[in-house]
Amino acid sequence: MNSKVIYEKSKGLSDFHLSYCPGCTHGIIHKLVAETLVDLDLLERTVGISSVGCSALNYDFFSCDMQQAAHGRAPAVATGIKRVRPDNIVFTYQGDGDLASIGIAEAIHAAHRGENITIVFVNNAIYGMTGGQMAPTTLLGQKTTTSQDGRDAASQGLPLRVSEMMAQIPGATYIERVSVHDPKHVNKAKKALKKAFDIQNKKLGFSMIEFISTCPVNWGINPKDSVDWAVDNMIPYYPLGVYKDKTVGEK
Amino acid sequence: MAKGRIIIDLNRCKGCNLCTYYCPVHILKLDETTTNDRGYTPLMVTEPEKCIACAFCATMCPDSVITVERFVKEANNE
Repeated sequence: MNSKVIYEKSKGLSDFHLSYCPGCTHGIIHKLVAETLVDLDLLERTVGISSVGCSALNYDFFSCDMQQAAHGRAPAVATGIKRVRPDNIVFTYQGDGDLASIGIAEAIHAAHRGENITIVFVNNAIYGMTGGQMAPTTLLGQKTTTSQDGRDAASQGLPLRVSEMMAQIPGATYIERVSVHDPKHVNKAKKALKKAFDIQNKKLGFSMIEFISTCPVNWGINPKDSVDWAVDNMIPYYPLGVYKDKTVGEK
Repeated sequence: MAKGRIIIDLNRCKGCNLCTYYCPVHILKLDETTTNDRGYTPLMVTEPEKCIACAFCATMCPDSVITVERFVKEANNE
């Protein structure tokens, strides 16, 4: 009996062991980005921009060219690289501490200028690398090391919905929020990434894919339960779907 | 009769249990009797003959530990 390999480690990933904690869905998102670049045959001319946060070391994990940016400044670095080398595919990989907090201005202005880049935004509702502090995306009532009685709207404000906000920007072309909590949604997320990179390849403008991710260690629950926690708590506040698609009806 | 098999890269495994959670035929578990090079309890297959080669485990694995092979019958021209 013969056999056919139907799933293996993507060629877009290097042989480095990922530095993430066990069960962190960052690994799934890395895999999706790598698989998408391989499937679209873009890997050879892709430059990734890694950010600061848990994903800071991801220049070791992708087998395309990578550049490290200062905290929050990945879209600005991506803008520079894309303008100098417009035929390269440029993506940034940023967490919610990087994009939604310190780097929100860069992200907004990159979208506003309609830069032809793709942002992979990972939202896990907490600052992972620094030890579980409250992020702009932390849910109401969620306990973190800096909101020990749970986030309170009166003193800490409401969680920031980044995709909805970016969708209001006229310069943005494609904004979608996806999740990786089960195999079906992983496949959907891959389609979203394909669409985003395809838009960039066709020079149609700015795209951002927001991933709902988990942080088992800082949420203080095991990987299985954290996936369920994300489904029960994050997705109701951060609904999945396409928030903006300028390519529809412009054929 | 197994429809396929999985190949586990033991030393990449971090024992997070996501694959065991998503396996529809419940044939994956962590091998509590051993640890891998990095000190984690790695994955093992309990009943390989029940594998349906759905690749759910590999899809959900954050560390690309699992390679999935599907068995294909020899081409026959009948």
